Formats: sequence, C-alpha cells, structure tokens
Amino acid sequence: MTGSRERILGRVRAALADVPRDERPDDVAVPRDYASAHTGDPIPTLVDRLEDYKAIVHRVATGELAEAIAETARRRSLARIVVPPDLPTEWTAATSASVVRDDGLAVDQLDAMDGVVTGCAVAVAETGTIVLDTGAAQGRRAISLIPDVHLCVVRADQVVNGVPEAVAQLDPHQPLTWISGPSATSDIELDRVEGVHGPRILEVLLTGE
Amino acid sequence: MSRTFVGMPDFPTAAAEATRDPQLRHNLREATHTIRDKRDSAVGELDDWAQLRAAGKAIKDRTLRHLDVYLEQLESAITAAGGTVHWAADADEANDIVTRLVRDTGEREVVKVKSMATQEIELNNALERAGINAYETDLAELIVQLGDDLPSHILVPAIHRNRAEIREIFLRTMAEWGVPAPENLSDHPEALAEAARVHLRRRFLDTKVAISGANFAVADTGTLVVLESEGNGRMCLTLPETLISVVGIEKIVPSWSDLDVFLQLLPRSSTGERMNPYTSTWTGPAEGDGPRNFHVVLLDNGRTDTLADEVGRQALRCIRCSACLNICPVYERTGGHAYGSVYPGPIGAILNPQLHGTSGPVDASLPYASSLCGACYEVCPVAIDIPEVLVHLREQVVSGSGHAMEKATMGAAGWLLNDGRRLGLAQRALGAARSMIPRRAPGPAAAWTDTRDLPEIPERSFRRWWRDRANGGEGGQP
Amino acid sequence: MRIALFVTCVNDTVFPDTGRAVVRLLERLGHEVVFPEAQTCCGQMHYNTGYRREAQRLAVSFVKTFSDADAVLVPSGSCAAMIRDNYPRLGETGSPLDREVAELAPRVYDLAELLVDALGVVDVGAYFPHTVTYHPTCHGLRVLGLGERPYTLLRAVRGLELRELDGATECCGFGGTFAMKNAEVSSAMGWDKARSVATTGAEVLCAVDNSCLMHIGGVLNRQRSGVRVMHLAEILASTEEEPARI
Repeated sequence: MTGSRERILGRVRAALADVPRDERPDDVAVPRDYASAHTGDPIPTLVDRLEDYKAIVHRVATGELAEAIAETARRRSLARIVVPPDLPTEWTAATSASVVRDDGLAVDQLDAMDGVVTGCAVAVAETGTIVLDTGAAQGRRAISLIPDVHLCVVRADQVVNGVPEAVAQLDPHQPLTWISGPSATSDIELDRVEGVHGPRILEVLLTGE
Repeated sequence: MSRTFVGMPDFPTAAAEATRDPQLRHNLREATHTIRDKRDSAVGELDDWAQLRAAGKAIKDRTLRHLDVYLEQLESAITAAGGTVHWAADADEANDIVTRLVRDTGEREVVKVKSMATQEIELNNALERAGINAYETDLAELIVQLGDDLPSHILVPAIHRNRAEIREIFLRTMAEWGVPAPENLSDHPEALAEAARVHLRRRFLDTKVAISGANFAVADTGTLVVLESEGNGRMCLTLPETLISVVGIEKIVPSWSDLDVFLQLLPRSSTGERMNPYTSTWTGPAEGDGPRNFHVVLLDNGRTDTLADEVGRQALRCIRCSACLNICPVYERTGGHAYGSVYPGPIGAILNPQLHGTSGPVDASLPYASSLCGACYEVCPVAIDIPEVLVHLREQVVSGSGHAMEKATMGAAGWLLNDGRRLGLAQRALGAARSMIPRRAPGPAAAWTDTRDLPEIPERSFRRWWRDRANGGEGGQP
Repeated sequence: MRIALFVTCVNDTVFPDTGRAVVRLLERLGHEVVFPEAQTCCGQMHYNTGYRREAQRLAVSFVKTFSDADAVLVPSGSCAAMIRDNYPRLGETGSPLDREVAELAPRVYDLAELLVDALGVVDVGAYFPHTVTYHPTCHGLRVLGLGERPYTLLRAVRGLELRELDGATECCGFGGTFAMKNAEVSSAMGWDKARSVATTGAEVLCAVDNSCLMHIGGVLNRQRSGVRVMHLAEILASTEEEPARI
C-alpha cells in the first residue's frame, strides 16, 4: 500500500515536469470576480425558489410557531413525530401528535415515525436551499432522512442571499446536508418527479421576519 | 456477472448501428433536448456565469499543476479527521482494496451510491467474484443493473430507456433481487420512482456497508462531497456502519471555500437545477452520527498518464456534469454505448483514449467521433477545449502504425496543395473529367453518396476564371 | 480598400461562383480585389485529421503569400477560423511562424466581418426577391463569433424575406473527414438539418461556408426538396440589374 502511494506521487511529479520547480500553488491565479449573490431580496427569493422545487412554505409570526407546527402535523395526519433532543419544547407544545425525542433511536424506530421537526443552520435564498449542520435543533442526519415528512423551521436571520455566503458561514467539520426541496429524480426521460427515497414532503416554516 | 464494455466494436461501427434504431433515436432526442433547455435557463439566471466558469477552470488548473501537494494534504486531513486513506495505482488494486475492506466487516452485501469511478474499475464484478453482492441505489443505475444493461450517460445511465421499457424491466426483474414491483405498475415516472423506493427501502435500513464516490474532495479540510437527488446518497452515507469512498485523484479542490464556485457550476450544468435536492459533505466519521468506519481509496488508473500530456491534461478538470453529452449532436444520435466505455460523449472521446492509450480499436476511433462543432466546449463549466484535445489525440493516432491509405492520401493532397500551379493543373484535369463522376460513387466515396448527392464539378475553376479575366478573355465580367 | 482574396481550395475548385460573387460585390462597393495566385489551401483538413506537419507547411505558405495584404478575405467560415484560431497553435512560441501569424491574423476576415467591421457597410445594395433561411455554421457561430452580422446583412437585402431556422445552432454533421469516417452519423445529422430547412418553407438556404452547404445541399437534393443552397456572397452580389439565378 505504501508502495502505491509512492508510485502514484512519483508518477504525478514526473507528469508535471513542465511545471517550473519554484511555482507554488498560489502562483496559479484564480479570478474571484464572480458575484457573492444574485439577489438582494433574500426572503421573497427563498420562498419563490423553495416553492419552485415543490417545497411548501408557511410564513409564521414568531409567537405562532407552535400552532403552525400543530396545524401542519394535523393536516398531514402525523401521529408520531421525531425531534432532535435539543428542539425547543415550545415548538411542539401545541401538537396533539406524539412527540419522540431522538436519544439514538434504531433505524426501524425512525422508520415508524410519520414526520420530523428540525431547525436549520443556514438557508440559501437564490437556490432555495436549507442547510442542516447537526447543530442546534437539528439532531443527527438520520432523523431528517427516514421519516417521510420533514417540517423545517427557518428563522429569517438564518437566510443568506447566495451560495458563497453559505459556504463561508458553514463549518466543514460538521456533517452537512444541503436540502433543496423534497427528494426528486430526473432519471426517467429527464422528466423531474418529486418523491423518491428521501422525505417526499418538505414543509418550511419561516419565522422571525 | 454484469455486462462490461469489453469486446465492443469501434465507434463508427457501433454508431452506425445506433443511428438505425428509431426508438433509441427518439428516446435520446427527447431526453437531450429536455435537459438542454433546462440547463440554458438555469445558466441564464446567473449573469456572472463566465466569471464562475473562469474561476472553476483556474481552481482545477491550480489543483492539477500541484496535484502532489494537494494529494498529501488531503491524505493528512482525512487521516486527522479519523478516516483511513488507501492508494490504488490501477483498477485491480482498487478492487482488491475495496474487496478486502468489505470482507473485513464480515458482510456479504453492500449498497452503492452512483459513482463513475467504481463503474470505471468494474467494482461490482470484482465484488461478485468475491461473493459480495453490490446493490446500485441510484434510480438510473438500478434500471441498468436490473436490466443487465450498460450505462449510456454519465448522469443518467439509463437515458436510452423510456418509461415503457423501464416499467417492463421493473416488472420482469425486481422480484429476483428483492421486493417485487406491484403487478399493476404503470409507466408514470411517479409510479416507477415509488416502485424503486419500495424495492430499496429495506435494503437501505439493513445494509451495514456502503460504497460511494465523491464529486469533490477538499484538500485543506479532508471533506468529501456528494451531490444527488433522490436521497439514496444520504441513505448510503448516513445509515451503514462502514463507508468506503473511491475517489479519482483529480477530484480534489484545494480549499473548502472553492466549493462556492463548484456548487454553482455543477447543478446548473448537470441537471439544469439551481441546486440538486441533496448535497452531503462529511469530514471523517462523526461522533454518534453516520458510519463509524470511513475509508477513502485514491485512484490513479491512467490519470497520471493523462496528467503528463500538457494539452490533454485539461480533461482532468472534468466535474462529470454531462453538459457536453447533452449538447453533442453526435451523442444525440448514437447514444452512449457506441463510445465503448462508462465515459461516453465528447468527454469520453478525449478521456478514454488518454486513460487507456490509443492502441485498441475503440479508443483509436474515439478522437474521430466528433464533427468538431465546438458546442461541448461552449457549455463546459470548466472550459475544457474538447475540440483542441480531439485534434491533439488524432495526431497521436496517425503517428502510430496503420492508416496507410489515409496517410498516402493526405501526403498526396499536401503535395498538390503546396503549390498553386500544381493545384491549377489538377483542377483542369478534374474539370475535364467532370461528366464521368457518377451520382452514386463506388468504394470509400460511397460513404458520401449513399445518402447525399455530390455537387456538380464546374468546368472552370475560380483560378482559371481569374486569369482569363486578367487576360481580357471570355466571361471576364464577374 | 485593397482586399486580398483567399478564395480557399474548395471554393476555387468546386464553387467558383462564390469567388466570382465576392469579386463582383466588392468591386461594386468600390474596392480593389487582388488574387495572389500562389495561394492553395489553409490546411484545415490536414490539421483536423491529425496531420499537423502538413498543416504547418500550408500555414507557412499562406503566411508568405498574404503577409503584405491590408486585409485578407476568406469566404469560408471554417477556413477563416482555421487561420485565426488554429494557426496560433501550429508554431512554437516565439518561432517565425508564430510571430507572423500573430501579425497577420487580425487582418483576416470572413465576408460578414469584412463588410460590417472593416468596411462599415450593412446595406450592400443587393436585391434578391426570395425567401431565405440562414444556417450559422459551427465555426461562424462559435469560433468567429459572427453573431448578428450575417442576419443584419441579409435583412438589408431588398426583396429578401428571412425565415427563422429551428435548431439553427446545431451542427449540420459535415465536419470534414467526419462525413466519411462516421458517414452514418454525419448523414443522420444532415438529414435532420435538411428537415429543419425544409420546414421553414424557404426557397434558399444560405451560409458562409460552402462545405456545410455542400453537405446539407447534397441531402436536400437527394430528398428532391427543391431548396437551393447559396453562399452569402452570392445573395449579396445579386442586384436588380444582374439578379442571381436560383
């Protein structure tokens, strides 16, 4: 194994014989004059783009979040909802569904859940993307993956305009999941249909405007 | 054992056959035109596309020119994050490493995220020989695997199949592999996607080992990145206990912040979306979340040979978006199988001959599988000048043995064309013989006249007319 | 202006009417045309097929023949593109060929560029009372970047009705030796292009490259479509007094 490591690195160096010996990686200039964002109006843009990719968006006044979650759960007939251990208890205070805190549930237990409620780390307006970084109110990756309905709470102050702003804010050492709408596929005649293995329904509750 | 591309005929032979298949032509035309329009509108939304493209190209050039530095950096970052790095000089070594890693877990089944690198090395066959079943979970890969078919597109390997054919494959084969398709399965894409969901659900929840590739590997943090749509990627990257990622050495980007460019370039070029539904990034195993054992296999398999060619090197910038396939008028009419490799289309035409050399008949024919129309270069998000590399590879092909007839013709044409006087004499001879040129030509010229008329050869060349006019001769007025 | 005509080997041998139309057009506009008889071929076929050395020899000969010209007109989009885009790849950096190409290439024009950019004319006083559709050709479109120029010139022609061509930017399938090496794919592309042309109902298909027109025209003839193919120069040379025959 060490042999192949040295062999490959040796081949790479031999292949790059034309590169001047004193050239450093940073000597290869990268033009960075692309835009940091293409919108200055993040909230309406986010709503528009989320809906374009078949997510459902609710704009919720801060004090009405619990009721909005309860209403969505009722409408979707969610009997059992899994939540991350640190989800604010007031978010699920109004729902009549049974709320299960994830304390390391087995996959089969997760598979028995009808829905999941999480927060997020960042949302990207112009691509309609929500990023989860397993931080506050998000839990581990599996809980937002296995249940079929994902209710995601996004605070207005978590919304950035474009991808470069999101990349700059996020910590790569956390496992990240970038979510743009419900799961989808274009594998049949390149015709996009929503709903494959990941949650088939994504409802976004946008608060704090 | 799954089918492989071994023993495929050369491109012109396979392509000719494909162009005569009306169903295939129809499927390809529909699919490529749909995705072209989507890409156009997704790219058209960004007024700084040219700047993003220039940045993407430069980042990849920086990586390639200092690949040794970045490989070592990536290795230490992954190791520091708790992953294990393996190096594979070729396909056999990569297959051996992965087989051994799976065996060490004691498992006999693995789930796979769509990965070009593992297709390239024919990992599934190697695992099968070792008694390990590999299940493809991407919908298009599943269609190919169930149909015992070959992939024909980088992004959508089953692009050559329409909904009716896919329904038939599901009905016929799913039961043999696991949960059967419902008897009343319709050919609506929604119903077919649902059948795939049900078929694979249990497999995702139970399988302990997953194998993936990576779209990007970030050298400074050791982060791997996978873009996908269906959630099969998330399932494989999150639920198993062991994750093995096979990554070509050219997949590196230097820094985390470079992703701001590629996460804009790739989805818009590839599926024509602003962003694909799911992108997962991970840096080593995470405490209490996802696989506990994480291995990366860094794969060379001909990439360093490509790197050594100063013109051809640019092919390693490729981020496997498929925009060049979708726009290519040749691909649109032949489909991917004619290219004899998991990398079809324009990028395949320059990548395969460089990865394998041009000694085999298929690889030697690929540099000619293009009219050099340049549409591929125009849409490439990392500005790979595919026509330039094609011509460069043609030089390599003709500098080898063979092509005797063509070399003689080119030599004669070169001699004739190197002197205006000689050309004039040849034109006179042609003008005199013009009535003898048949409407349907024999021999190699039949390739033209089988489907196209020849132009009428004029009696007098321009050159002769010009001289006649200078001499005040007949027909002097232009 | 004194304009040196590089008529190209294909036009010289097979399509002399295009060369004659260019001469008529430019002389009508009050310019002098010269035809250096030492000229032969730009080397495109050799270069594109992988015969770099032969292409290099022809490039040297081209540069020698035309180095003194104020402007070189190349009435073939792909040959103009060969000279401007590929000649710079033929000479070693700093070699005499490299320097001479860099010096000459900016004065090499396709017909639409010469008229619109160098001579500053859009209405050339042409008359052509027919329906026309325009195929942009790959080299004209993507290498030379002719853009709107040919359309602007055609729209200024009296009597001409321009019809939009569906899928205009797609290659016709000629591709030089591609037409022979991958004949089936090439003709499949040609037949699709011919179908788009026929759908426009135009009487004439126009382009700036006779190689593409030879290919599409060969298919149109085989299909007995009745559509005639004509180089842009022949339409622009046509006047009320001396109308082009179609």
